[in-house]
Amino acid sequence: MARATVLGRLTWRVATVAAVRDETQNARTIVLDLPDWPGHLAGQHVDVRLTAPDGYSTERSYSIASAPEGNRLELTVDLLPDGEVSPYLARVLSAGDPLEIRGPIGGWFVWRPERPEPVQLIAGGSGVVPLMAMIRTREAGGARAPFRLLYSTRGPEAAFYRDELRRSSENGSGLSVTYAYTREVPQDWERPPGRVDAGLLAQAAWAPEREPISFVCGPTGFVENVADLLVSAGHDPARIRTERFGPSGGQP
Amino acid sequence: MTEDHIDGNAAGGALRDIFTVDLTAAVGRCSSCSQSLALAEARLYTQAPGLVARCPGCEEVVFRLVRGPGRAWLDMRGVTCVQFELPTGS
Ligand SMILES: Cc1cc2nc3c(=O)[nH]c(=O)nc-3n(C[C@H](O)[C@H](O)[C@H](O)COP(=O)(O)OP(=O)(O)OC[C@H]3O[C@@H](n4cnc5c(N)ncnc54)[C@H](O)[C@@H]3O)c2cc1C
Ligand SMILES: [Zn+2]
Repeated sequence: MARATVLGRLTWRVATVAAVRDETQNARTIVLDLPDWPGHLAGQHVDVRLTAPDGYSTERSYSIASAPEGNRLELTVDLLPDGEVSPYLARVLSAGDPLEIRGPIGGWFVWRPERPEPVQLIAGGSGVVPLMAMIRTREAGGARAPFRLLYSTRGPEAAFYRDELRRSSENGSGLSVTYAYTREVPQDWERPPGRVDAGLLAQAAWAPEREPISFVCGPTGFVENVADLLVSAGHDPARIRTERFGPSGGQP
Repeated sequence: MTEDHIDGNAAGGALRDIFTVDLTAAVGRCSSCSQSLALAEARLYTQAPGLVARCPGCEEVVFRLVRGPGRAWLDMRGVTCVQFELPTGS
């Protein structure tokens, strides 16, 4: 992984889609093969470029979902029906196709497995993707920093990585997962549908006295709201890292 | 607060395309309000032509970057004293 810090000028490279896998009705994980991938840190992203036959091209950022692992890389893309790029990635792209990417990118919204302090992860919708890379990296390296994930999603069916998160939170390794459902709750769920608020944060997140580092990721409005709640609850703004995915059109 | 921005982090690729180091964790000082900020903490507006990053404290422009084929135009007037880590060994 040390290789990830030795960088050169960043160039576009062509990855090959090794497989695709449905996460939910609307989201898909894309497994990429990259012969000379330099490795990455949990929380980093790549830029994806699509080019039309007439030469028009457009780029978007996608977080890396997987832990560093050889020449493999996974992205999870949520479909925005009126979007320019995500419908192609989430519906059209298939195994064997080439995909232009550049990365890994970012040295700020990253978690390093040697960090000892507790970690608070707070995700809205597809914002869980880079946080999942942190959870997977922690597990792959046998790191012991205790993790809590608070995951806001429309309903149980919209949640990414559900089975894996259940297994990881039940194996005694020190990950706890709390779901906040905004529209639809499972049967016998004690909390009515609603957004993350101060009460839920007090109940599910580390207390400020534990001095956790917090990673908050999701649509811009969600991230601003949660970051404000954390600061009001007494968390040190310097220990809160954010990643805004873009317009909030439909809160997760 | 407006919702039309993302984080400076998203400009990491475009900046790495020009510089050989990662600048998202680089710390600069806003030349209008003197606040220190990591470039990843800037508010990035992508709707304008190119990328416009603003200071989260005072909303002044920190940098602007416009790319064309084989050409880049970078205006960093809003940031002084950028400090960043060099790759190990240099
Ligand atoms: C650093 C970073 C990491 C990201 N990682 C991921 C990821 O792992 N998985 C993922 O699915 N997305 C991720 N995104 C968002 C992604 O880059 C695109 O913005 C998203 O896929 C929409 O692109 P599009 O071309 O389909 O839509 P566009 O054509 O750009 O937009 C279509 C419509 O959707 C709105 N919109 C744009 N982006 C979003 C958004 N993120 N949420 C809600 N509405 C939006 C626009 O305002 C517009 O109305 C990330 C963004 C950043 C900055
Ligand atoms: Zn400022």
